[in-house]
Amino acid sequence: MDDKGALAHALRIESLQFAEREIAPNLFAMAMNTEDSLREYIRLFVKNPLVSTFGPLAKILDFVANAAPGVKEILAVGKLCWEVRERNYDIVIVDAEATGHIVAQVDAPAILSNLVQVGVIRDQTRWMQEILHDQSATGVVVVTTPEEIPVLETIQLLDTLQSKTKVSVSAVVANRVHPDVVAGGDLAVFSQLADSVESGRIASEPASVLRAPLRLLCIAIQRRKREIGLLEQLATSAKERGVLFMPILEIDEQEAGITSVMSSVLKDELT
Amino acid sequence: MNNLRDVLQHGRLVVVCGSGGVGKTTMSASLGAFAAHAYQRRVLVLTVDPARRLADALGLDSFGNAVVDVDPQLLMHNGVAPAGSMYAAMIDTKASWDELIARCAPNAEVCEKVLTNKLYKNLTERFVHSHDYIAMERLYEAQQSSNYDLVIVDTPPSRNALDVLDAPKRMKEFFASRLLRLLTSQAQSRLFSLAAKPFFIVADRILGARFLSDITEFFTLFRTMEEGFVARANEVEAVLRQQDTSFMVVTTLEPAPLRESNFLIDELRNRSFHLSSVIANRVTPFELLRVVEGSLGSLQQSIQDPRFVHAVVGATESLEPSAEQVARVVNAIAQGSELAVSQGKVDLDRLHHLGQHCSEAGAQLYVCAVAETDLKSASDLVAIGDSVKPA
Repeated sequence: MDDKGALAHALRIESLQFAEREIAPNLFAMAMNTEDSLREYIRLFVKNPLVSTFGPLAKILDFVANAAPGVKEILAVGKLCWEVRERNYDIVIVDAEATGHIVAQVDAPAILSNLVQVGVIRDQTRWMQEILHDQSATGVVVVTTPEEIPVLETIQLLDTLQSKTKVSVSAVVANRVHPDVVAGGDLAVFSQLADSVESGRIASEPASVLRAPLRLLCIAIQRRKREIGLLEQLATSAKERGVLFMPILEIDEQEAGITSVMSSVLKDELT
Repeated sequence: MNNLRDVLQHGRLVVVCGSGGVGKTTMSASLGAFAAHAYQRRVLVLTVDPARRLADALGLDSFGNAVVDVDPQLLMHNGVAPAGSMYAAMIDTKASWDELIARCAPNAEVCEKVLTNKLYKNLTERFVHSHDYIAMERLYEAQQSSNYDLVIVDTPPSRNALDVLDAPKRMKEFFASRLLRLLTSQAQSRLFSLAAKPFFIVADRILGARFLSDITEFFTLFRTMEEGFVARANEVEAVLRQQDTSFMVVTTLEPAPLRESNFLIDELRNRSFHLSSVIANRVTPFELLRVVEGSLGSLQQSIQDPRFVHAVVGATESLEPSAEQVARVVNAIAQGSELAVSQGKVDLDRLHHLGQHCSEAGAQLYVCAVAETDLKSASDLVAIGDSVKPA
């Protein structure tokens, strides 16, 4: 939605445009552009030949779309809902704007329907809302990382989506989750060993070999403990939906194939 | 003024940018707390992010448009309260817009009309990009205020920061647009406007006559404030390029944030903003990694040695670990260390490339080591600020 090249990068292609592009069999991608969306909208609904022949008119419409509250948002959300309504794809996945903006975006048709009393747009906010508010058709997937502020922000977002919109949340994903350095009961053994090394309760030779590695791993263990606490808070907030986990991957994000690896992890999480 | 400590000691405005989740807000708060301690400065940390990150980072309850005085007790460091002071504020878009309209409206009647306009209410409360301009407005007010020596601005994540920084320019373009004049021309003259007539026919059909007239009325009212808005946009742009204004990019050494940071470094430069420093955050201490690397060989050997294993058993005997458990723990130490060292080499290489890019951009690179303990209170922020060192 907020095309700054990240999706194209993830898909390992140079750039994306408003016109769909087939990336792989059955996988299409596009980048939202409200000016193009406006043109498509006029072509589909207004069917006024003046628009295509009269350049300044399109410019004025662009200007209104940019400046009038809600018009730009509705053009973006409207395009998505249109693709769903026309069943052009089996599923439309939207890489939405940042957390602070998402509520305004999914709620745009509802807001605009209060502002606009009559006209084509008013009628269309109705079917858009029907799609967005139908939980069998639309769901928000909230993705976060297991760090303090992103998790707190996610908890607030879940709350706001529930209290201020009729759009449902279908999944919560914790991305870049670190693995356990030592797990379960082994952690107590590790911690006691680290204490013994620090307090000199172990012979100097093994202590000298262990001191630096233990200190280094204590950083990772501390981080993991913090993560677990945050993930518990997240799980409480996600309620019955639960949280899907995406581990931090050894594969470099620059490498091709990261999307396949992530898809396969998600497949396991979902089944 | 590229040295971070000089910036914190003598600068007036620091704009902090960076990818989401890199600790940008905590870093903004930490540098503010550090400047209040080390340089006795009166610091305002202002978050322009619609989310409530700063309140969380400071351990405060949520706060709004009004500036909150951070209790010096919260910022005690080594038993000492800061000699300077720290304030925090986030942006309440609606309240800030209302204040702006009250100031720019030519008279009380226009002010009242704008404030009660249905579109205006929705613009300020709900829609995405209304926040960007108002963020710059608040930044300007804070920078001009004699209440603060230093203003640190925590911007929204990633490229959204650029939307905020570009907002004054967009506002000027909006008012300069001939289209605005066309749309707000009197109804009668519209009838004679060849360009506008088809627009009104089409727009009427799409939006409905009522909404169209609401939009026109809103734009007309807004145009009466052109002078105030354009003058302020110019002033904001000038402040962003003042000598005592610095930009800072915070990143981690992971590929995605690094990519974003490199992009931001270039874009800030393209806009002629003064990028003083880049901070690589949450870096595993390279000194420690070097020591671990040096001990990897003997560690691998030791874990095969029964005397070493015996010593580990002895050190943990109160837990009565099984032989398998001890073996798992020592193997985890060896493997974890090896992995951390190899990751450390990758990070060092990334830091090197980032350093090169910083040099080209005329900025200094700093590192902030990953915290070995949890951030327990706002007072830990001072230590974080103090721990930022040149790379």
